[in-house]
Amino acid sequence: MDSTDELIKNMLSGNRRALSKIITLMENDSSSHSYIIPRIHNLTGKAHIVGITGPPGSGKSSVVDKLISYYREDGLKVGVIAIDPTSPFTGGAILGDRIRMKKHYTDKEVFIRSMATRGNLGGLSEATENTVKALDAFGKDVIIIETVGAGQIEVDIVKVADTVIVVSVPSMGDSVQTIKAGIMEIGDIFAVNKADIEGVEKCIMEIRMMLELSEKKSDWIPPIIKTFGNREDGAKELYTTINNHYNYLIESGHHEKKRIVRGKIELVNILQNLFIKNLYSAISEKEIEDLALQIARKEKDPYKIIEELMPRLKNVI
Amino acid sequence: MPDRKLRILIAKPGLDGHDRGAKVVARALRDAGIEVIYTGLRQTPESIVETAIQEDVDAIGLSILSGAHNNLFKKVIDLLKKEGIEDIPIFGGGIIPEDDIPYLTNIGVKRIFGPGTSTEDIINYIKDMTNK
Repeated sequence: MDSTDELIKNMLSGNRRALSKIITLMENDSSSHSYIIPRIHNLTGKAHIVGITGPPGSGKSSVVDKLISYYREDGLKVGVIAIDPTSPFTGGAILGDRIRMKKHYTDKEVFIRSMATRGNLGGLSEATENTVKALDAFGKDVIIIETVGAGQIEVDIVKVADTVIVVSVPSMGDSVQTIKAGIMEIGDIFAVNKADIEGVEKCIMEIRMMLELSEKKSDWIPPIIKTFGNREDGAKELYTTINNHYNYLIESGHHEKKRIVRGKIELVNILQNLFIKNLYSAISEKEIEDLALQIARKEKDPYKIIEELMPRLKNVI
Repeated sequence: MPDRKLRILIAKPGLDGHDRGAKVVARALRDAGIEVIYTGLRQTPESIVETAIQEDVDAIGLSILSGAHNNLFKKVIDLLKKEGIEDIPIFGGGIIPEDDIPYLTNIGVKRIFGPGTSTEDIINYIKDMTNK
């Protein structure tokens, strides 16, 4: 078995299998992140991170397939993370997004990795963010993340991607669907896919109205683009728009702002996990269960308990 | 490694279009808690090997009903060797005559599952094999 150091070294010198093994390591063992990330962090930040989200069956993978082609025509190296759901009942998963990306399988500059959510909510898997870093350090110019088929609350992609594309399809529901909070709020670009089926104009109008009603957060107005799966028309416009958005982010300074927000989220997450870990080393799970029993029997309230625990918790940090 | 999840590639090389068997196996593995990378029909040996690298799979399962199994398994195994990843075990299923099995075993196929195999046998086999 290769040591982690060796894997990192080989990955950074361009070995695809080492990259793959590093990703596996991070997926299986969250404690590996604190070893791997410090060794690659300074090599990251160069890639444009593009998120594709939308409901199941909306055609995300087909759109990704076409985008890969355009990036490759422009000579860019592409990494793809395609996320599918883990069964909550068996823990297994069928990862099938690659099927739509067949023609890139043997292109050595395209690295496609399928990931299962493994119980993570929010549309990504726990290791997604650091997998992005690994692909970035590996030298990918663009990293496309395809979320699980998303509904209304799987919006974590916005915390990871520079540019978020929400793929929707006509006839998804009435206009109330589009003004609900959540996924419709996170799009930098909207792609109305399968735009040759009935209801496309209504769908576009509803998204436009939703956008007009929403508070303006920047001077980027999310464009709405008709796409037709991996057909040429539409997809090319989407590609150009994605690049326009990236240029806008850089020129307006929003790119850095987004990355600062991301850094903050990352830091707070790591701290939270650390505190929880330390908490359990200061107070045993058994003790917590005993306290829970007291709460359930109304012998003590949770705030009283915390007050009593406080002197011990001070050492947790 | 804590909480190691098995990842298995199920692929159909060559030209036959019968993917029911591959889908049944993929589904059964999923129900056994395994992550299945399913690549669909008409894969070339090159694409299978590249997928195995990118997805870091623990084993590769090929389903072949076209009769070209001797040729296809050989090509995949040669490519695995060329990439230096022949440590990834390879097994198969489909319509493969008994008479061809010694040849396939000889070139490095770990196991052939014929028609009528129960999915449980396949799952147990994979779990045993990857436990080593």
